[in-house]
Amino acid sequence: MIRLERRPTPSRVWAAASPLVAVALTMVAGGLMFAALGKDPFEAIRTIFWDPVFGEFAWYFRGQLLVKAAPLILIAVGLAMGFRAGIWNIGAEGQYIVGAICGAAAGLAFYPSESWLIFPLMVIAGALGGFLWAMIPALLKLRFGTNEILVSLMLVYVAENLLASAAVNWLRNPDAVGFPGSRNLGRWEAASNPELIAGTGAHWGVVAAVIAVIFAQIMMTRHLMGFQIRLAGAAPRAARFGGVNTARLVIFCLGLSGMLAGLAGLFEVAGPAGQISIDFASGYGFTAIIVAFLGRLNPLGIVAAGLLMALTYVGGEAAAANLGLPGAAISAFQGMLLFFLLAVDVLSNFRVRVGRGVVA
Amino acid sequence: MDLSSISPTLLIASLMVAATPILLAALGEMVVEKAGVLNLGVEGMMIMGAISGFIAGVETGSPWLGFFVAAIGGAAMALLFGVLTQVLLSNQVATGLALTLFGLGLSSLFGQGYVGIKANSLKRLDMGFLSDLPFFGRVVFGHDPIVYLSLLLVFAVWAFLKFTRAGLVLRAVGESHDAAHALGYHVRRVRMMAIAFGGACAGLGGAYLSLVRVPQWTEGMTAGAGWIALAIVVFASWRAGRVLIGAYLFGGIVVLQLNLQTAGAKVPVELLSAAPYLVTIIVLVLISGRAGRGGDTPADLGKPFHAST
Repeated sequence: MIRLERRPTPSRVWAAASPLVAVALTMVAGGLMFAALGKDPFEAIRTIFWDPVFGEFAWYFRGQLLVKAAPLILIAVGLAMGFRAGIWNIGAEGQYIVGAICGAAAGLAFYPSESWLIFPLMVIAGALGGFLWAMIPALLKLRFGTNEILVSLMLVYVAENLLASAAVNWLRNPDAVGFPGSRNLGRWEAASNPELIAGTGAHWGVVAAVIAVIFAQIMMTRHLMGFQIRLAGAAPRAARFGGVNTARLVIFCLGLSGMLAGLAGLFEVAGPAGQISIDFASGYGFTAIIVAFLGRLNPLGIVAAGLLMALTYVGGEAAAANLGLPGAAISAFQGMLLFFLLAVDVLSNFRVRVGRGVVA
Repeated sequence: MDLSSISPTLLIASLMVAATPILLAALGEMVVEKAGVLNLGVEGMMIMGAISGFIAGVETGSPWLGFFVAAIGGAAMALLFGVLTQVLLSNQVATGLALTLFGLGLSSLFGQGYVGIKANSLKRLDMGFLSDLPFFGRVVFGHDPIVYLSLLLVFAVWAFLKFTRAGLVLRAVGESHDAAHALGYHVRRVRMMAIAFGGACAGLGGAYLSLVRVPQWTEGMTAGAGWIALAIVVFASWRAGRVLIGAYLFGGIVVLQLNLQTAGAKVPVELLSAAPYLVTIIVLVLISGRAGRGGDTPADLGKPFHAST
């Protein structure tokens, strides 16, 4: 008989190794899924994981990698802090959308000025938009005790409707005919978020992601706030006795993750996306949840996880183009990855014992 | 705006249809939570039910078989959650989220070839002269069988939890798994069964969307219905009768906003479309005074159970 025995403390080895095991298992299961779809599993896995980095057209894909990874990392770093503390902001997608709308609106209010102040203003507006959107679940939780999971998620659907209304109505490009959508920010120098180093895909969002990771790493390991976050998550009772101000923690975690999601949205709308359009929402806010867990809720781990997840996006697009693999297969693949990770995690908290044990 | 185009009879009748998927899913989730498990993957199970039921319905031509397969599909997804959280003791919140993300991806993968097809829908029951009665004929006696099934299920769940021994054991497991374990009840087995039941209900609710209410398959067609079902369980403070009230209130809002859109109300369409979600938030705030006392919440909700500790 196989039994599980709780470890006195989580195994550090397994905590580090389980993401790798999960990735390997996902590749196997994903390969089976691709085979079931009638594709050569080895070719599919190679197209997704190998070609974008080392293949023939890697010069193009490598740039795309940072473009996709930056918003994922930016959002996931914020989410991970909350998850550590047991504060579940799963509405990052909504904060991402609202950040993009606010940032774009702040910039477009000054069209066609060429002042250098416009882009910084947009960054502030984007961060503020995401922050305020996240404050709704935070304040409702503190004032009324509502569940932040449900409220933040409901607000995603509200934000999507807000986006639709902005794209067809109040942010619509007045000079355009036909397709709804705002003016193209990419073609307006003062508001655009360009590639900083040609060919790398690195835009201001990448810079922001790097800063956020460093800031988060220092805070989690060296600052009192980081200690309180970890304490509140690991032992809520002890945290209360220890004088941790739960209300401040809720405001901080939700506000920071909302702000970072808003920033990610702003950098996306001013850079790769270029404009507010109905299909602007891309699901980064949800994928970032997977990234946060895959990165062990640790800022440095999230960098690796974000790059890997970006690889599945970029490789998935390549596989869709070259092998005719359906785009949805990639999101199923990403979901599978999170499942395997959660399943493998049992090994870091428990020991597997084979044989009959004493009756507990 | 022409409000006279909105007929109260049709409004109530379509309200019941709009509420049925959420009612089914919420009822299942309520049983799961009564057993002390928080499954946030309702949305994922619903959409898997929607697509598996739709595929079965299209391929066999029988909507009944579609509903049957949908229940199996939902339960299979739920058991995946069950194995992870009950056997491998993973975090229930994270696993539920994973279930939703996975379900959304997998369903659109399955649904590739089924976009834009119509499936055979369930016919409304014809109860002779009863269905011809004014108002009551349409509202009480003019629905498809699943609407009645869902109402029957509300009653069955209520009776099961209140009057049967098995229901008592299930509630005991949810209130204190350690005490239930000490009394010799199989905590894990009870919870697994509750999880499978919740999944089957969510699957039926999803299939009702794709086979009756819409009836078509579109990617992400549940559009948050599973999350709203979760909110309704909280709203209902874990009571079957109140789940019914919550789901029908919610169905009323959905139908009303759709009617207002077609009647050309001078309110932005986007605001009307967002109304169900906004109302859910407002309802969560309004009931918070009651929920804040915490008396209704199953005491061991969301806590992992490991027999050795």
